[in-house]
Amino acid sequence: MKKSMQLKSTNKSTATATKKKASTKAKKSIAKKTSTKKEFNFEYDSSIESTSVVNIKDKYELFINGKWTAPKSKKYFITTNPATGKTLSKIALAGDSDVDAAVKAAKKALPAWQKLSGLERGKYIFRIARLLQERAREFAVLETMDGGKPIKESRDVDVPLAAQHFFYYAGWADKLNLAFPGKEVNPVGVCGQIIPWNFPLLMAAWKLAPALATGNTVVLKPAETTSLTALLLCEILIEAELPAGVVNIVTGAGKTGSAIVNHPDVKKIAFTGSTEVGKLITKSVATTDKKLTMELGGKSANIVFSDAAIDQAIEGVINSIYFNQGHVCCAGSRLIVEENIHDEFVRKLKRRMTKLRVGNPLDKNTDIGAINSKEQLNKIQELVKKGKKEGGEFFETQSTLPTSGNFHRPCFFDGVNSAHIISKTEIFGPVLAITTFRTPDEAIKKANDTEYGLAAGIWSEKGSKVHYVASQLNAGVIWCNTYNKFDAASPFGGFKESGHGREGGLQGLMPYVEVK
Amino acid sequence: MKVLKTIKLFMNGEFPRTESGRSYPVYGFRSKKEYARLCQASRKDLRNAVGFAKAAQPKWATRSAYNRGQILYRMAEMMEGKRDELGSILKETQGLTSSQSKKIIDTSIDHFIHFAGMSDKYEQILGSKNPINGPFHNFSSPTALGVVGLLSNEIETLDLVCERISAIIVSGNATVVFLGEKTEALLSTLGEIFKTSDLPSGVINLLSGKIDELAPQFFSHMEIQSICFAKLNKNLLAAGKKEAANHLKRVSDTHGLASISLLEKTIDYKTYWHPIGQ
Repeated sequence: MKKSMQLKSTNKSTATATKKKASTKAKKSIAKKTSTKKEFNFEYDSSIESTSVVNIKDKYELFINGKWTAPKSKKYFITTNPATGKTLSKIALAGDSDVDAAVKAAKKALPAWQKLSGLERGKYIFRIARLLQERAREFAVLETMDGGKPIKESRDVDVPLAAQHFFYYAGWADKLNLAFPGKEVNPVGVCGQIIPWNFPLLMAAWKLAPALATGNTVVLKPAETTSLTALLLCEILIEAELPAGVVNIVTGAGKTGSAIVNHPDVKKIAFTGSTEVGKLITKSVATTDKKLTMELGGKSANIVFSDAAIDQAIEGVINSIYFNQGHVCCAGSRLIVEENIHDEFVRKLKRRMTKLRVGNPLDKNTDIGAINSKEQLNKIQELVKKGKKEGGEFFETQSTLPTSGNFHRPCFFDGVNSAHIISKTEIFGPVLAITTFRTPDEAIKKANDTEYGLAAGIWSEKGSKVHYVASQLNAGVIWCNTYNKFDAASPFGGFKESGHGREGGLQGLMPYVEVK
Repeated sequence: MKVLKTIKLFMNGEFPRTESGRSYPVYGFRSKKEYARLCQASRKDLRNAVGFAKAAQPKWATRSAYNRGQILYRMAEMMEGKRDELGSILKETQGLTSSQSKKIIDTSIDHFIHFAGMSDKYEQILGSKNPINGPFHNFSSPTALGVVGLLSNEIETLDLVCERISAIIVSGNATVVFLGEKTEALLSTLGEIFKTSDLPSGVINLLSGKIDELAPQFFSHMEIQSICFAKLNKNLLAAGKKEAANHLKRVSDTHGLASISLLEKTIDYKTYWHPIGQ
């Protein structure tokens, strides 16, 4: 890249110095200033990631049977950059007959794919992992342009984790007899996979990798606002020489998804998205034997005890709710903090929040990028408005927002109880609800007081207490003294209305096999 | 003269009649003579049973695995002492020969013993230590779902019911069981076995009645986290699955499943993360 990140001090005494000197002076003045405990603010020069690495086509077709196929519907829809509002490309809208063609291709590819030895199947998936690593930067930039997430996240989290996921499951393909000892393991068949817009490429990897490793074939539908990285992945599938029809990617909105769910030849549905849609899908397949994996919404609690490492906990809370603009199903959207440290904790949290940089997602310094769509921004704004009416102390940073695109400042509501809309509803945005507790059991009760059960965080330096609280929380992922960490080897998924089935790890194979 | 008995429900460690006051007859095998009367549990009875199960479950789940295992073993011991009673009911209501009923009772006892020895092993069999790409300690462990509803059908025999109950409770779930035609007459005897096994009250609750009336309520009840069934009537199942979808209740077909595969239907995986550092 052109230049590495530079610091620009707002301190007037250093403003005229050369940049190099300025930074050394700034360092000295930090030391000076911190000793007198005064705030010192940096302003960052922008450091924009180049988009020259991506080549967005004017138009994208459907990926069916290993070929780009024009939609029989003859319809296309527009995809935009949420940070600028500008059109990026137009994408084929798959109708019922297109979905049918994709399912047929997957069904046709199934016998040969499942007959292939596990090791050979694994080799294709290893190839996909490697090719994805090779083109990591391209995927990261495209992900950020299409979805609005900060480049540092797509570059350091989404794409590397997606590659790791393929690499991890590739290795399971020839070890299914070890995963399920003494059992006969068969693939389920054609899998319909429907993924959301918050981690577009990563969710595609979470879905595809275990399905392929276990010998299934797939029809996958990315979310309508973020289809581009899934479509770019098709280039990798072609390059990896994955047999035609093993993976088919159809684009479109809810109607396309519904055509996949209701297709009689689709034997398994893996869905990541809202609890509302998850329930609809579950109902629509009630009369069938289709297998389901549901990775749905959440309202996860982050519990901070007074004996926590406070500065680390602050970072953890920031990461839990403001990571990816809060578009995270497992976001720690409820902070439950011990009463005796509440005031100090909230003061520190506010201070840390003011340092978050909201803006151009392609800027490598950006912490909070663009809200994924106008629709989602409206939803967040609407909920914040309702929250303000209900009460609680509202705080938001004074960050200057870009004039175009969809942006929302990081904010919180303090002193809200479990009946408040802000504490109950999954907002899927950078909005935190704060409440207090006095005893561990009260914290547990509050944390479990939700129909969701996806994740929870615990911050305390006392091991026995951490283990006790963890054992009592009804959630599928418990982050102790950390938050929002993901790994291909770590099973992810929820309790209660956050869904069922696991993705990642050995347990992530289970939804894709029939074991006898 | 023989004293006709009424077989009552088993809830919260007690033997209440149905709150509805309804009962229905069980006839002797190929006879029109009443063997006994059974309680026709109402939806309110089911709600009460779920309340008891919900209250009992957290404490049951925190009992040590060793303790849960010993209680399941005690069930086998208690059933051993009830062989004659069980055999005679099976003979009178279903016409089983003594060798047929012996086989069923033997198998039932075997299931209790199998799962007694499972209580401190299933976590090691299903759980995992997960290698993270970074300095994190990470492990996954199966966790009880809460209250599990068990719908046994008209052809399910005592041994299958005992197997399913054991698989459900061994991981710390509590259960409300609907007993089908082949086991309903055994309700009191089973209840006595559970009551005298040091099992905390409310962990197992047994209901008799009409499945068409109670199954929809099992599926729609918000405090039942999971339903296990086998060969359930198609229409009941489809309607039930739609109801269950309203709060994403787990609905599991347990037909043909045994041992750990059966147990796996009533647990969820919990994954724990902790940083490693100095």
